[in-house]
Amino acid sequence: MIWEFELVLFVFLVFAAIVALEARNLLVSVVMLSVFSFSAALLFASMGAVDVGFTEAVVGAGVTGILFVIAIHKTSAKTND
Amino acid sequence: MKRSFESPITLLGARALAPFIMMFGLYVIFHGHYSPGGGFQGGALLAASVLLMRVASGSKTSSLILSNAVTTPMGVVGVLIYFGTGLLAMLLGSNFLDYEGLPIPGMPPYYLRYTGILIIEVGVGLAVMAALVLIYDKMADGEVTE
Repeated sequence: MIWEFELVLFVFLVFAAIVALEARNLLVSVVMLSVFSFSAALLFASMGAVDVGFTEAVVGAGVTGILFVIAIHKTSAKTND
Repeated sequence: MKRSFESPITLLGARALAPFIMMFGLYVIFHGHYSPGGGFQGGALLAASVLLMRVASGSKTSSLILSNAVTTPMGVVGVLIYFGTGLLAMLLGSNFLDYEGLPIPGMPPYYLRYTGILIIEVGVGLAVMAALVLIYDKMADGEVTE
């Protein structure tokens, strides 16, 4: 794997995590968590763990995002802190 | 969310995308013994295609694809396929989940092992798909309809 590409993915990962923590709107946090999961899946695949990356992409970026959106739909999209 | 309204663009996009996701899920399940993937990932992909339709088009339309009452029996059938295969091999004299003891005539042992793994993965895929859709249905049960 080209190390420059992995570096870009790592920067993207940290950026997505910080934005997901700091965002005021929780919907933004959910989308950024999906971005986090997807770049983590790409990193797993680049390290040779294709099966783990596949599971991370399907569950972390797909199903968990939908469940978070349902949870926001049940409550409110604004944080109180 | 403050207001909810139906958008034809979202509905059309989801309708165009869902069959391909489902097809890819079936591919992942049925090629799980040669390539990356398997029962869990394929089942999660199948569940993702059903959930996409549920999110895009409310519960009334999407229950035509997979009804709410079907998911629990489907999961039970998946678990029964898994344990039935294992127990059948055990009743016929080999170990639990020892695929070479399966009673399929006219198959060499290595091919029998592939077939056993395939049967197991179909069961796992059914169970995972049904469980994920069931979790969504239970969470969205009292959803605000328009």
